[in-house]
Amino acid sequence: MSKFLYASIGRKFLMSVTGIFLLLFILVHLTLNLLLVFDDSGALYNQGAHFMVTNPAIKVMEPILALGFLIHILWSLFITWQNWRARPVRYKKQDLAAASSWASRNMLILGSLILVFLVIHLANFFWKIKVSGSPLLEEEIVAGSNMHNTYALVSTLFKESLPFCLLYILGACLLGLHITHGFWSAFQTIGFNNKNWLKRLKRVAWVYAIVVAAGFSVIPLYFIFKF
Amino acid sequence: MADKILKKLNIEVWRQNNAKSKGKFETYTIENISTGTSFLEMLDILNNDLIEKGIDPIAFDHDCREGICGTCSLYINGRPHGPDSAVTTCQLHMRKFKEGETITIEPWRAKAFPVIKDLVVNRSAFEQILQAGGFVSVNTGGVPDGNAILISHEDAEEAMDAASCIGCGACVAACKNSSAMLFVSAKVSHLAKLPQGRVEAKRRARNMVAKMDELGFGGCTNTQACEAECPKSISISNIARLNREYLAARFSE
Ligand code: HEM
Ligand code: SF4
Ligand code: FES
Repeated sequence: MSKFLYASIGRKFLMSVTGIFLLLFILVHLTLNLLLVFDDSGALYNQGAHFMVTNPAIKVMEPILALGFLIHILWSLFITWQNWRARPVRYKKQDLAAASSWASRNMLILGSLILVFLVIHLANFFWKIKVSGSPLLEEEIVAGSNMHNTYALVSTLFKESLPFCLLYILGACLLGLHITHGFWSAFQTIGFNNKNWLKRLKRVAWVYAIVVAAGFSVIPLYFIFKF
Repeated sequence: MADKILKKLNIEVWRQNNAKSKGKFETYTIENISTGTSFLEMLDILNNDLIEKGIDPIAFDHDCREGICGTCSLYINGRPHGPDSAVTTCQLHMRKFKEGETITIEPWRAKAFPVIKDLVVNRSAFEQILQAGGFVSVNTGGVPDGNAILISHEDAEEAMDAASCIGCGACVAACKNSSAMLFVSAKVSHLAKLPQGRVEAKRRARNMVAKMDELGFGGCTNTQACEAECPKSISISNIARLNREYLAARFSE
């Protein structure tokens, strides 16, 4: 089995499985965070966030998610390096755009930029919520139970910093680009594809990518224009 | 339509004495080439010039010159088999090029396809992959009745499409990872789609992929460049089938 994870198709299989898992996570993450724009008092969002931190299923998923990211990132470096080694002498003149999409050729670059964003993103929110704390997070009572005012933490960042808003929009677009290729590629990798499904999967990939990019962009845009 | 004459072209080409020597690019000029000339004929004409000047002619692979044997190669202006689509280099014509243009010609570049001389690379890695499982093991016996096993039209068509792979290696040359997945998937598919080949499908996929990895080809990242550059337009749906067969083989172990 360990040989499988190092074989060409095995390596790719791991990318695909973790990629699909991350795709599902991103949809849940988007749904929850869209609550930000539906209630300016923040009660709705805080309840959502409270549900996520107290729900046992989510507690179980958190380390699995971290592991999913870790494997996806480590294996992405591993396969890119392996594939790079397969051509020791490079071409002088290459016209790659004639035959393949930009995103498909630059998944590691897109992924690495997403990773940079991810680190900043975790420092902005996750770190403050879980570790360092923040005066903005002061507990409040919503619908009879005590919870952190996560809404204050998130909305303050977007209300006060245009550069951060733009960074989050950029992050959303990079992730969208990653998904335009990643979505259908993941199904191709596990063998779920044929001549008919290729067209469908590519269409769904674009829809998924646009929903993710637009969905996450809406949040900072809302705060830019509303406040 | 009458052919035009390209008065002058610059040909920038990879020259390398043998597998061990370090190669480099040389640029030659060539004059008065008809647009109706095939690309390989243009190289023949250039080679005549070079021989007259006492220069070693450029070595390149070719055989049938009608797009069926898969011997010709060449990475021309950044694309395998040049700027035309769904053709081999021997079917490429000079009408695809412009007056005064510099045409860059390189050999297939892949660790598994080492250069032998100039533009000729050693593609025996493909043979080794075929030897690892690209066949149907047959026990000899009486000739079976042709209609004894029924095959649907769709299956027959898909098998034939996959079987049209001529083993040229353009897929490897086109791929940013030098992956041989399109070739291997074509060879696995044309047998897996037919009842005689079906029997060994999983074992075949596993052994051929293992050989492919061992020989130093890269892995597939689904860029689809292979399909776009393949002279026979072999579909990447074959790669999905290979993935299926391979994963099924590994998970049933
Ligand atoms: C939430 C974030 C992410 C999602 C939803 C995601 C999703 C995906 C998916 C679905 C694939 C396709 C897998 C396949 O082709 O089989 C993929 C491929 C890839 N991912 Fe991500 N990914 C994310 C983050 C990252 C990060 C942080 C990196 C790394 C530094 C990264 C690097 C890559 C690379 C290099 C590939 C290409 C693999 C290949 O071309 O074969 N991804 N991703
Ligand atoms: S799949 Fe196409 S490009 Fe690859 S070897 Fe076969 S014919 Fe050539
Ligand atoms: S020489 Fe036979 S295919 Fe080109």
